[in-house]
Amino acid sequence: MNWQPSADIQALRARARLNQQIRQFFAQRNVLEVETPVLAAAPVSDPNIEPMCTTEQRWLHTSPEYAMKRLLCAGSGDIFQIARVFRRGEAGRRHNPEFSMLEWYRVGFDHRRLMDEVAELVTRLLSARYPQLPRLNLSYDEAMKGYAGLDVHSASDEQIAVLGQQLAGQDLQLSRDGWLDVIMSHQVEPSLPADTLVFIDGFPASQAALAKVAANAEGIPVAQRFELYFNGAELANGYHELTDVDEQRRRFTREADGRPVDEYLLAALEYGLPECAGVAMGLDRLLMIIQNTGNIADVLSFDWLRA
Amino acid sequence: MFDGEPCSILDNDYVKPGKGQAFNRVKLRNLRNGRVVEKTFKSGDSLEGADVMELDMEYLYNDGEFWHFMATDGSFEQHAASQEALGDTVKWLKEQEIYTITLFNGAVLTVAPPNFVELEVVETDPGLKGDTAQGGNKPATLTTGAVVKVPLFINIGDKLRIDTRSGDYVSRA
Repeated sequence: MNWQPSADIQALRARARLNQQIRQFFAQRNVLEVETPVLAAAPVSDPNIEPMCTTEQRWLHTSPEYAMKRLLCAGSGDIFQIARVFRRGEAGRRHNPEFSMLEWYRVGFDHRRLMDEVAELVTRLLSARYPQLPRLNLSYDEAMKGYAGLDVHSASDEQIAVLGQQLAGQDLQLSRDGWLDVIMSHQVEPSLPADTLVFIDGFPASQAALAKVAANAEGIPVAQRFELYFNGAELANGYHELTDVDEQRRRFTREADGRPVDEYLLAALEYGLPECAGVAMGLDRLLMIIQNTGNIADVLSFDWLRA
Repeated sequence: MFDGEPCSILDNDYVKPGKGQAFNRVKLRNLRNGRVVEKTFKSGDSLEGADVMELDMEYLYNDGEFWHFMATDGSFEQHAASQEALGDTVKWLKEQEIYTITLFNGAVLTVAPPNFVELEVVETDPGLKGDTAQGGNKPATLTTGAVVKVPLFINIGDKLRIDTRSGDYVSRA
């Protein structure tokens, strides 16, 4: 039996230090630390995330997003949480089905302003290894154009599928967004500049998830959503949060695919979510950078195979 | 099984872009020809398992068309390998030697030689006595027809130990 930890003691110390620094960062900004239930009555609606279910028909949260939004509706103001979250089947060199997520919400911020705060926090957390961290902001269109030679808005579904198939090595029978995901993950992400905080925002409106959609400078509707990449890995995903309950219900119903919809969240949105921006950040990925390892097991006390 | 070909999985990495579809990037080695390809699958997709098994078998004889092997597990089970299945291993084939046979649907897919075999020299230039230090080499033809580079002091009739992975001379046997 391999009973021993997958992380060494030095990695455990790095995690403790990371959590301390995060709490200090938010204490200085008067952002309140909260806890929300791990087991909830309704699962996440995102069809690309598979939740785990207990024998009591409770769902392990895949992010603390819904409950935290209910706190915001109830008037909590700025909040953050360091949560352990669960996603079925997500195992790999950079994924563990149980992982640590930092999620926070800033009332009155839009996603742009939140990107600045994310950059500030990450720069601080990585400063021991990277005293200087350049930052690059790209729109989704610019990233696709620059690194995959693809003009997202003028490209036909077929052109996108052809490029996607070249990268995947076979026809996976995907939707337009599915092929765009292939191009993003196989071509764009690995080509982004190294040792640089790369923010990509303005995703296609069809990939808005729980973000607002607004027209960009060219008048094309895009999602007010951003992702932070560092050395080819995705570290954070943030939104200028959708506050329109009718639109939220439409997106839930379209995505739900037989899963129960979180009526608590819809009722809270009905009451009113203040204008805010929120972001989720993978802490294990940050620790992998700090510890200079390509394997998530090296930063987990016990990885999935020995949990 | 991929595209009708039996493959082994060398590497499988999970890729999940932001809010999107999850993929697995898989490196596959075709067991028939050894070629390695990288393919992406949707996470959760499944592939048919290949009915492949490996057996240790002793080489018996060649009947002009097929090469015959017998299992060493006491079953005396015999299988015949085609020239295509035998491939380069023909260079290292020796009676009573044990080979690793990969069977696919009951037929011989590949024949892998042991890492080292001992074979006799049937043809080479005359040996040069006392020339061990010079480090020069010359070609020598073995009983199987394989040609390997050997030190100058090797003579016809010498038995040599060969590393089948590189095709290099190791020592006199």
